[in-house]
Amino acid sequence: MMNTEKKWADMTWQERREERFKKWLSPDVKFSSPEAEKKYKERVTRFIKAIKLEEPDRVPVILPAGNIPAYFAGVNLKTIMYDYDELRRAWREFIREFDSDTLLGPGLILPGRVLEAIDFKLEKWPGHGLADDIESYQFIEGEYIKAEEYDKLIKDPSDFWLRTFMPRAMGACKAFEKLPQLTAFVGIPVFYVAYFADPEIQAAFKTLMDAGEETMRWMEAVNDVNRESLEAGFPAFWGGMSGAPFDMIGDMLRGTTGIMTDMFRRPDKLQEAMERMVPIAIDEAVAGANSSGCPIIVMPLHKGTGGFMSNEQFKTFYWPTFKKIMMGLISEGLVPMPFAEGNYEPRLEIIKDMPRSGVIWWFEHMDMAKAKKVLGDTACIAGNIPVTVLCTGTPQEVKEHCRKLIETCAPGGGYILTGGAAVDKGNPDNLHAVMEAAKEYGNY
Amino acid sequence: MPKDFVDLLADLQEEEVIKLTKQRLEAGEEALAILDDSRKAMEVVGDRFAEGKYFIPELVYSGELLTQITELVKPYLTRPAESKRLGKVVIGTVAGDIHDIGLNIVGFMLDVHGFEVYNLGVDVPPQKFVEKMKETSAPVLGLSGFLTLAFDSMKETVEALEAAGLRDKMKIMIGGGQMDDEVKKFAKADAYGKDAMEAVSLVKKWIGVK
Repeated sequence: MMNTEKKWADMTWQERREERFKKWLSPDVKFSSPEAEKKYKERVTRFIKAIKLEEPDRVPVILPAGNIPAYFAGVNLKTIMYDYDELRRAWREFIREFDSDTLLGPGLILPGRVLEAIDFKLEKWPGHGLADDIESYQFIEGEYIKAEEYDKLIKDPSDFWLRTFMPRAMGACKAFEKLPQLTAFVGIPVFYVAYFADPEIQAAFKTLMDAGEETMRWMEAVNDVNRESLEAGFPAFWGGMSGAPFDMIGDMLRGTTGIMTDMFRRPDKLQEAMERMVPIAIDEAVAGANSSGCPIIVMPLHKGTGGFMSNEQFKTFYWPTFKKIMMGLISEGLVPMPFAEGNYEPRLEIIKDMPRSGVIWWFEHMDMAKAKKVLGDTACIAGNIPVTVLCTGTPQEVKEHCRKLIETCAPGGGYILTGGAAVDKGNPDNLHAVMEAAKEYGNY
Repeated sequence: MPKDFVDLLADLQEEEVIKLTKQRLEAGEEALAILDDSRKAMEVVGDRFAEGKYFIPELVYSGELLTQITELVKPYLTRPAESKRLGKVVIGTVAGDIHDIGLNIVGFMLDVHGFEVYNLGVDVPPQKFVEKMKETSAPVLGLSGFLTLAFDSMKETVEALEAAGLRDKMKIMIGGGQMDDEVKKFAKADAYGKDAMEAVSLVKKWIGVK
């Protein structure tokens, strides 16, 4: 997109999106067979039509598969977080076994050795704070940033990240607290270059350099799998990630108690900090999509769910900056796909205020008939086979749930069949049942 | 005067309620009376939550205010604030799951509603629940979980209580992110509650509080 910059600047968001869709339809890979290429294009077309609220040939499916490839291959999450060959093997087996319209690669199977090397404080994972056989890594929420520190974030987010957040989030970067402000407008380099002689700062950089190399070894495995799945005809659907500023601050910086008291004690600072993050978060997501070639931006949402806050609070604190990020992504030709954890039913009337066909709403708990009624003319909806049924039910029960969902949501297009959440462990036949249901009941 | 205090705290008027707390203490009022008013105010907060007027931010903030008031009152307490407790409840997040936001809100609401809460924290192995239920003879156990892995952990916890011969002596409620009535059946619990006030209602019903 670099060489057509001027043209890009003149395009409408729909034109930009068409450019991105074209690129998504023709990835830079050599398909394993003409059949794989044909299926690839059919699958992407299926999604594009659903996004545009048109009727595709059948309801597209995102298999609700999280970390399950590890268990399907007979190992566990811990093994594939540390052994990249096993990571490859697990996904290869999964690709061979499961039919689907897209495949979620292993990019979220974080490399354990890297997390250890940087001494990452925000996650626990199997063998590191969790039992070896636990099937998901978990976030450790906390008040990493004090209320008085909003000003640092507002004044200079990069400086805040480098000198305040990184030292607390990663033990290996503790010494960054000693760094001076690196935006040295006086311009005399020795004033700040001298700090790089500090042995602790040097050690921190050395650790990051080594961790970077380890990350590259992991990425090689991830890229292999992603390329192979494209070659086999399975499109990516996870082109990049973003989220809502309220969650970014609440999950990662201030914690639930912190941000919720800030809503009462310092609402203006909270708002200012969230606004400050918007353009940066947009750039981050655009960069992700540019490198993946897939225009869908997944946005997991946490603290704005129904029951957590009132509609008034949602409209005041959560929605405005979140919407700005989505609008920014849309104007770049991307498709935001908020994954609304919890129950977004109370929010339907608020969230429908978006450009037609601009967004895919993926719901967890939701009255899908109501969602279809309120959002049907505006947005593609996705979801929400109950994860309890996927994990504890029979394939027949799964199929029945899918049938009902398809009947409710598919008419007229604009629906993607998937889970209310992903399955990490469990009966693989329940995943086959989802695909079977789509083929049996989902033809237009 | 005391009525104002209850209203101010229930309405989350931080500055005013803290000021009034200090005034009452300086005026030599019984510290326990202030704590008693605080408890009344927290019940109002709980009711408003149950009615859908308040949400988690209000619960969290009211908890922060209560902590401040308790800190102010502490030095004035002439005897321990041992109020009559309605009954015991053991709660915890099941093995493998480290999520505690919902757990702590449930613990807090049960506490302000007069129950003696034993919060075992997160990633609690079944055996630890068994030991605590034995030790406390609590009639109610609350299991919390956020992730799908908690389905099996809840089931294993209930089975461990069965194996220890304790299951008939208690009621078990579950709650949290992915929990629902399906999981209740799967884990063989007695009830699923969708939020902290449902937990309070269940415990009240089971312990026999009106």
